[in-house]
Amino acid sequence: MTEMQSVMTSPAPTAAGTTTLAGMPEPKLRARGLDFFYADYRALKSINMDVAEKRVTAIIGPSGCGKSTLLRIFNRIYSIYPKLRAEGEVLLDGENVLDPRYPLNRLRSKVGMVFQKPVPFPMSIYDNIAYGIKHYEKLSRAEMDVRVEQALTQAALWTEAKDKLKQSALGLSGGQQQRLCIARAVALKPEVILFDEPTSALDPIATGKIEQLVEELKNQYTIAIVTHNMQQASRISDYTAFMYLGELIEFGETTMIFENPKQKMTEDYITGRYG
Amino acid sequence: MASVLSSKANTLSDKLYRRRRIKNAIALTLALAATAFGLFWLVWILWTALINGLAAINWALFSQMTPAPGSDGGLLNAFFGSLVMSFLAILIGAPIGIAAGTYLAEYAKKNAIGETIRFINDILLSAPSIVLGLFIYTIVVRSMGHFSGLAGALALAMIVIPVVVRTTDEMLQLVPSTMREAALSLGIPQWKMTLQVLYRAASSGILTGILLALARISGETAPLLFTALNNQYWSTDMTQPMASVPVVIFQYAMSPYDSWHSLAWAGAFMVTLFVLLLSLFTRAVLLRKRISND
Amino acid sequence: MNSVAPIAAANAPSVDLASVAARDAFVDRLFRAIFAGAGWFVLIALIATAVSMLWGGREAFSTFGWHFLVDSDWDAVNKKFGALVPIYGTLVTALIAMLIAVPVSFGIALFLTEVAPNWMRGPVASAIELLAGIPSIIYGMWGLFVFVPFMSAHIVPWLNAHLGHWPVIGALFTGPPLGIGMLTAGIVLAIMVIPFISSVMRDVFLTVPSRLKESAYALGSTTWEVAWDVVLPYTRTAVIGGVFLGLGRALGETMAVTFVLGNAHQLTASLLMPGNSIAATLANEFTEADSDIYRSSLIALGFLLFVVTFIVLAIAKWMLMRLAKRQGD
Repeated sequence: MTEMQSVMTSPAPTAAGTTTLAGMPEPKLRARGLDFFYADYRALKSINMDVAEKRVTAIIGPSGCGKSTLLRIFNRIYSIYPKLRAEGEVLLDGENVLDPRYPLNRLRSKVGMVFQKPVPFPMSIYDNIAYGIKHYEKLSRAEMDVRVEQALTQAALWTEAKDKLKQSALGLSGGQQQRLCIARAVALKPEVILFDEPTSALDPIATGKIEQLVEELKNQYTIAIVTHNMQQASRISDYTAFMYLGELIEFGETTMIFENPKQKMTEDYITGRYG
Repeated sequence: MASVLSSKANTLSDKLYRRRRIKNAIALTLALAATAFGLFWLVWILWTALINGLAAINWALFSQMTPAPGSDGGLLNAFFGSLVMSFLAILIGAPIGIAAGTYLAEYAKKNAIGETIRFINDILLSAPSIVLGLFIYTIVVRSMGHFSGLAGALALAMIVIPVVVRTTDEMLQLVPSTMREAALSLGIPQWKMTLQVLYRAASSGILTGILLALARISGETAPLLFTALNNQYWSTDMTQPMASVPVVIFQYAMSPYDSWHSLAWAGAFMVTLFVLLLSLFTRAVLLRKRISND
Repeated sequence: MNSVAPIAAANAPSVDLASVAARDAFVDRLFRAIFAGAGWFVLIALIATAVSMLWGGREAFSTFGWHFLVDSDWDAVNKKFGALVPIYGTLVTALIAMLIAVPVSFGIALFLTEVAPNWMRGPVASAIELLAGIPSIIYGMWGLFVFVPFMSAHIVPWLNAHLGHWPVIGALFTGPPLGIGMLTAGIVLAIMVIPFISSVMRDVFLTVPSRLKESAYALGSTTWEVAWDVVLPYTRTAVIGGVFLGLGRALGETMAVTFVLGNAHQLTASLLMPGNSIAATLANEFTEADSDIYRSSLIALGFLLFVVTFIVLAIAKWMLMRLAKRQGD
């Protein structure tokens, strides 16, 4: 363990019930000794990090620090690319999801993801939401209607979309499309939602709406969000992890990180000296 | 002093500069001339097809069969044969082309086998179509013992496949990787994502490829010469020789009969019209879909 | 609406994830096999084409041996066949086509990338591409009924009169005003390949980074100098690739050539005399072939054409790939 990581409050408890930070609830997701490789290049170095249940955990850091890479390990989306490989453990409710025996579709039904650029499928709004559900459940038309409405409501898109459900999703604005993507993810009733820079392609008003949405969603879902926007992290997250060059430099409550960081590197980043 | 220097400068560098300017002017004029040259032939050829074709168009074209030497008639059986063989060629070739293109874009994007297949496909794309006809002759006509519309359709399919492979490969690669990740992160398996999301996203491009292939085979003569051969009479039997517009044009144009020449022009005009309309339509479809997606 | 189902209902009991996963994995494997099979089909098709023609031509190759390539006899009655005339005609018409098409295509590409005002570029480029879309049989018809009479009435007599008695090349330009012949075929072929070569050149010229051109302009270069000294050297490999692509097409073109070449199995020095090409021979004679050795000789011709065009197109593709790699594609 590097000196930096030893400063972090104690990692890797053995029992599932112990907390890591004082006052931090049960970690839903826990990375332990996580390394990540692009072919031979080690992109992530021994990451130990907890994502608290039903809280928002932000991951910040300068470009290239590995924050998106880390996030994308949580739902093993990297596995479609041949040269990428992860070593170590990622525990979801205590089970290691990096274990090849852990079923991928189970992981992906529990952990949803929203991407940087809104990518609605080339279908109607209704079909976009129903698409994921249909793969897992056989529902009647009426039941599906209910699920679609629930998902769109949770994503604060129902009032705007309810009269256009059969229209192509591509007709929505950027901000609406992103909310559609969020609705698509919550439609599967996941436990965790991962956000990979969800507002970087959106205008400030749309960004504000998404941020508001994230704060509501945390009542039901565990949320991890990668953002290059520090103000956003300080606005909406409960816990913040600061990364630099593939290492986790500091992790703690957001207020602590931003007002009283323990590491000089964190402080320099927060105050804008680099990044 | 300054005027001496500047007058010296005037003569030498001015001369050089003037020479370069002249060279430039000549070169650019030649470029313009080359373009005019190219366009000149286009206009002449299209004009010829138009004038001679229109003169030969009449209702008999669509109601009568190809006539005996020296007589008048129509091209109905030829139109039918071309339509049926083209349709069959697309029916056989497009799925194979789309499947192969999908393989290249989704499963073999950067590896050696993918690069090899792409390389070979591009060669097939530009290969002489008469050679492809010869290939189908040796494996289909020889085995069946006689010429057939089916063999003709297969020969045309050999032309359709490389075109569709290439466009499908390119269009699928244009779909952003985030869309794949979004589908996969919902737990959707790769095959479903490919069929239901990717194909939808790339649909206008793939369709364009198929239409381009159709335009290409509509005018192809050589591959049909020794596969479908020709048929003077009306026939719907794919296991027998079948008439097609390009082959009829070939036969009639090379003949000494004026009435046959006239029919050949009519056929040529129809083929050109069809190909041009198809190209325009393809452009309209692609452009419109693109605009609505942005 | 606050009546959203609680988290515990994730993955409702109506779903058995394990069996869904198993079914998905099976179907994934199935589709992968289908797609891969189609991919391999392309590969196999090419190999099968080559093999089947080699097989079909084996009788000719074994009977005539290497003489097949250099014999000019083409005698169906005495069953003696030599490929020299068709090979010669194929190469000569293709060469004439390239001599005309390459400079013209370069001029067009230059015009479209550097000279033409922006509003003109799209329509003119589309018009040139239209030339590529016209079926070759139309070229043939136009060639036979319009261009050949033109050649025989105006060009051929002129060539005869003015170049016919020059010392060496005069032999190329002597002949009766038939109109058909290798020169006519070469010109028609040139028009057919111009759009292909010019569109490759144009695409390739557009890949030159504008900062390269801008720095040359900033030093005071003329448009021509930028094209000749900056753009062309940068794209040289791909330009040659485009030329080879056009050559591949010219070698294999059938219908346009068949109409205007004359289909005469005779070897003459003059470009104004009829000749034959491999593709034209195949088109004209294949269905008339009345003996096995005749047919085999024709298929052997096809095999030769296939080999030559394969090599030319492979070189073209390789050269175009070289530039693409340079771009970091």
